Amino acid sequence: MIRLQDITKVYPMGKRELTVLRGITLNIEKGESVAIMGPSGSGKTTLLNLVGCLDTPTSGSYYFEDMEVSRLSSGELAKIRGHKVGFVFQTFNLLPRLSALANVELGMRYCGGGNHHQALEALASVGLSDRANHRPSELSGGEQQRVAIARALVKSPPLILADEPTGNLDSRAGEEVISILTSLRSEQGVTLVMVTHDNNVAHHCQRIIHIKDGQVVMEETV
Amino acid sequence: MNKWLDPLSGAWAGVIAHKLRSSLTILGIVIGIASVITLMSIGKGATAQILSNIQSMGANLITISGGASSGPGGVRGAGGSTQTLTMEDAEAIAEQVSNVSAVAPSSSSNLQLVVGSKNTNSQVTGATPEYMSVNNLKLASGAFFSEQEYERGAKVAVLGSSVAETLFGSANPIGQQMRMGTIIVTVIGVLESKGTGFNSPDDAVYIPLTALHQTVAQPRTAQGGRIVSSITLTVSDQAQTQNVIDAITSLLRTRHRLGVGVDNDFNIMSVEEIVSTLSTVTGTLTLLLGAIAGISLLVGGIGVMNIMLVSVIERRREIGILKALGATERDIWGQFLIEAAFLTFSGGIIGVIVGWAISSIVDLTGLMTTVVSADIVILAVSVSVGIGLFFGFYPAWNASRLNPIEALRSE
Repeated sequence: MIRLQDITKVYPMGKRELTVLRGITLNIEKGESVAIMGPSGSGKTTLLNLVGCLDTPTSGSYYFEDMEVSRLSSGELAKIRGHKVGFVFQTFNLLPRLSALANVELGMRYCGGGNHHQALEALASVGLSDRANHRPSELSGGEQQRVAIARALVKSPPLILADEPTGNLDSRAGEEVISILTSLRSEQGVTLVMVTHDNNVAHHCQRIIHIKDGQVVMEETV
Repeated sequence: MNKWLDPLSGAWAGVIAHKLRSSLTILGIVIGIASVITLMSIGKGATAQILSNIQSMGANLITISGGASSGPGGVRGAGGSTQTLTMEDAEAIAEQVSNVSAVAPSSSSNLQLVVGSKNTNSQVTGATPEYMSVNNLKLASGAFFSEQEYERGAKVAVLGSSVAETLFGSANPIGQQMRMGTIIVTVIGVLESKGTGFNSPDDAVYIPLTALHQTVAQPRTAQGGRIVSSITLTVSDQAQTQNVIDAITSLLRTRHRLGVGVDNDFNIMSVEEIVSTLSTVTGTLTLLLGAIAGISLLVGGIGVMNIMLVSVIERRREIGILKALGATERDIWGQFLIEAAFLTFSGGIIGVIVGWAISSIVDLTGLMTTVVSADIVILAVSVSVGIGLFFGFYPAWNASRLNPIEALRSE
């Protein structure tokens, strides 16, 4: 489903250049769950953004469902994000002025739309039916992250990307979030790629990829 | 969800999220639109009032006065500076020009009027009995002088309302006597007030031309013609006004023996012409007023741009989230553009209501007449939306170009 071949990413930093990824080659199969681990600054998040079509590589090829996406225009990338990718962020990234339900509905806005019921179902699947009309500020961190997961899964994307989804949560809320994410894989066949610091979290995935200084240093199968 | 409704609801949410800021931005547009509406309505009202004043003189009126023509479009004040028109000219016009219903020659002199201890100087017009109907004068009381009174040179006078007020106060002037120059005249009528303005008859006094010449000697031309200062006449068919003017011009040129290439020694002008000349002038003035008010609208528009730019910076994270959810550059651009247009459109609507209210209040005070017309309202609202689109364009473009990763990282 995802094939990265010798991907590099270089950011201009004033007059110097900052090389974040130095030749990453990686395959992820459909329905797989993969954790990406590594020290901070190792390029985990950059890699995840590239996989999620938020960014394009400086060199190398990236095939998403056999489509070469490294050369697509920003509009075409946006379309892939809208239809195929669900993002879950460490900081939840909900819109504070919208209710939980409206935030979930927002997830369907750019993929041809959906209806009210789908959004309610998605909220129910993360166990938050009774919080539909609460604003993010009225929800606990774990609940906010579950709303964010509902927003990501409401359009039934084949790929869900999570960037430190438990980073801002206590261990119990983190457990809940991880179990929802992994059950999405096992029950709906969604491909899950997760960046994490936490070894326990990473061990809920089938495969763990360790990167350091922009290179894959080790892969382990759980 | 609907493809068109969606960005609208997004824009609405954006406006609601910052109530105070949105209201202040809208206020700028409200002030702009309201001042455009108010000033334009005052301009239109003034135009309508001036035109109706002139038209009350009679729309089918033609005035001929002595003196050289002042060229096309020029409006001359009191004529008679050069004495070239005669009684005989007036008679010839009445006999020889078709479509002329009544001809009224007249001469004016500035004379002192004395009643008891009160006195005033006034323009005394010596006229024929036709003068009243030709010039569309209305009596408040009494009568205008008759054919018989004119024939025998009766010393009777009809007063304009201001003159009657000055000389007689609240007393009834009818039947009273007053001294006019060297003669004593009896007041037989008072005119209705026409309001101050162009050549207002309120300040005038009318007596038979034959009586005027008992105190002011009748001037004569070298050929012995009896000189008058002006001739007014009415056209029976208004569509023929220009033909009548042409016929009179050629008749008078022949009678005054003016050769080819010599300028007219008289001025001829129809009320129709005066109205159209003044309409152009007042129309330009109205536009000028609107343009001045338009400047405040421009300032309001810059305010919208300012706020939208701030709003884009403040909502970088939101833009980043929307982009991560699959929003294209066009989606973001559209949302911010609609938001700006929405702000100015609401400002436009409120501005129309406020402007209309102010115009009505100005109208009610009686100081000025105002006219709010549908075209001004439609213009104002479309201009306000246009301003939103124009000044929202750059901020919206800015928003759409944000890099989603940087936008997500910002606080």
